[in-house]
Amino acid sequence: MEKFKVLIVDDELDYLETIVKRLRARDVDVSGVESGYLALEALDRSSPDVIILDVRMPGLDGIETLREIKKRKPLTEVIMLTGHASVESGIQGMQLGAFDYLMKPIALDELLEKVRQAYARKLVQEGQGSH
Amino acid sequence: MEREYYKKLWWKIVLTILAFSVIPLLILGAVIYYQFSQSYYTKIMEDMKTLAENRSSSIDLFLEERISQLTNLAHTIPLEKLRDEAFLGKVFDILQARSKSFLDLGIIDQEGGHLAYVGPYYALMKSANYKNEDWFQTAMSTGVYVSDVFLGFRKIPHFIMAVAVREGSRSWVLRATINSDILEDIVRAAWVGKMGDAFIIDGNDILQTKPRFGGAVLQPAPAPDFSKASVPQAEEIAVQGDEGLFAVGIIKAKKWVLVIREDPRDQLTPLLRTKSLMVLIALGGVALIAIGAVLSTRSMMNEMITMERKKAASEEMALQESKMAALGKMAAGIAHEINNPLAVIGEKAGWIKDLLKRVEVSGNENFQEIAAAVDKIEYHINRARTITHRLLGFARRMEPVTEILNINTILEESVAFLENEARYRNIEIKADYAPDLPMTASDTAQMQQVFLNILNNAIDAIGKDGEIHLKTRHLAKNNEIGIEISDSGPGIPREMLNKIFDPFFTTKEVGKGTGLGLSISYSIVEKLGGRIMVASAEDQGTTFTIYFPVR
Repeated sequence: MEKFKVLIVDDELDYLETIVKRLRARDVDVSGVESGYLALEALDRSSPDVIILDVRMPGLDGIETLREIKKRKPLTEVIMLTGHASVESGIQGMQLGAFDYLMKPIALDELLEKVRQAYARKLVQEGQGSH
Repeated sequence: MEREYYKKLWWKIVLTILAFSVIPLLILGAVIYYQFSQSYYTKIMEDMKTLAENRSSSIDLFLEERISQLTNLAHTIPLEKLRDEAFLGKVFDILQARSKSFLDLGIIDQEGGHLAYVGPYYALMKSANYKNEDWFQTAMSTGVYVSDVFLGFRKIPHFIMAVAVREGSRSWVLRATINSDILEDIVRAAWVGKMGDAFIIDGNDILQTKPRFGGAVLQPAPAPDFSKASVPQAEEIAVQGDEGLFAVGIIKAKKWVLVIREDPRDQLTPLLRTKSLMVLIALGGVALIAIGAVLSTRSMMNEMITMERKKAASEEMALQESKMAALGKMAAGIAHEINNPLAVIGEKAGWIKDLLKRVEVSGNENFQEIAAAVDKIEYHINRARTITHRLLGFARRMEPVTEILNINTILEESVAFLENEARYRNIEIKADYAPDLPMTASDTAQMQQVFLNILNNAIDAIGKDGEIHLKTRHLAKNNEIGIEISDSGPGIPREMLNKIFDPFFTTKEVGKGTGLGLSISYSIVEKLGGRIMVASAEDQGTTFTIYFPVR
């Protein structure tokens, strides 16, 4: 069992459902929501360590959600996921404090590796914060 | 069509300029000439009138003087002395000494016979009797008489003067013959120029002096009849189709009229000269205006054509850009739409793979088949992913974006595009990239377009068998990156060198080049803040040097 809590936000339900299932199969503590609003709710409720966030979503989109997440819990690491290689939104995401951005489709192991790195950074930053 | 339009416009402008400058010029010339000729003509007429007055008063003076001389003589010396021919001869000599105008002198008694005579025709005159002559009677009754010119006994033109004196109960007359040469001399002074004429006429329009042209004394005058003129005047009159300028003066002592005739061709020569000079100047002016109009119109048209071309080129470029942008957007859209389902398929395949790892499934007889199928699905998802990522890459290139890039890399990519073509034509591309080239912020796609364009031109210029050299360097002084692309082609002739960046300029065959490549490259380089330069000599190849700022 990994030590971190992951939240996946994607409006593509089939994708969301499958990836959650697969990560759970790898013993990751993961949950999935399908919109930015639900993501913020889940953030308040269960404080995930790493959030995987789709850039393009109806309603609150990835960038706005990211901004809100960073406002509420700045130490939460966010990995942007996009079907569209919009460099701008990627760069914008990085500027807003995202850990990285990845382009769909992505191999699960690669994604998991990024999540681990993100969590590692979170731990470092939390450590600094506690000093 | 376009050429027709420009031709029409050209004519329109030229004709307008001509009309608006030539018409005022001609009006000005005509008015000035008219005014000038008017005043010149008036002056000539005035001059002629003055001359006529002047001459006629000279003649008047001459006549008056003769009359006074005779009158003084007759009234101061008593008849007794004068009738002595020796004394009269002395008096005649004194008169002659002062002027040769007197030909003879005679003293005539009231019966008409000579009492005394001095002169060359002594015998003839001495026997003559004038009692019944008109002049004698007029002189006796009025005291003074001046005759018209006549030939007399001697057939020489002359005239006489007579002064009558009353002494007590008897009268006598002093008569003198005057040489009309004197008159001729005075009149001749009014023969102006080569064609001018002057003569005196009596009250019956009979010549008293010999005119210069056509006529003799005592014949009718070769001119309109001025014999009744009473005041000096001047006018232009045509005689038998021949224009003549006439002035008349009145000789008061003897109701004669002095006529001066001048040839307008003589007198108006300066005016005619002025006229031809003006016509010449006007023609010169018109020619100058025409040349000026043509030249200025031509340069204007050239400017206009250039502007039109530039406009067309920039429109073409804008169109091209918007096309590419639209294409880019579409590509991005398609990639996105495909990527999402692809991601789902990928995850599903991954899930199947995950499930296949579980022990309870591995016993299934179709386990191998399923595992192989899932592998294939993953393989093809990857394949599709490569394609969509490439599409997205293309889309990104179409959007004007600024990114941190290495120019060496872009050059390498551009060369890779054309490597096959170059190899096929046996053209070697040699690269000398500076390894320490700094990264710079610019637009990859647009830079690549420039490099591709120039490389393409280089390959086309070489044709077959040759070399292309690529060189990059960092110019620390200006903080610029210099890129040199030289080919071993035939070079560009000097006269074409300054045209190669012009839109629509091409040396390629019709249909092979648009003539826009270098023009677009030029504007791209400018847009990216750089400069592009060309150096070329015939048979020595061409080198394009591009500088981009490091940003």
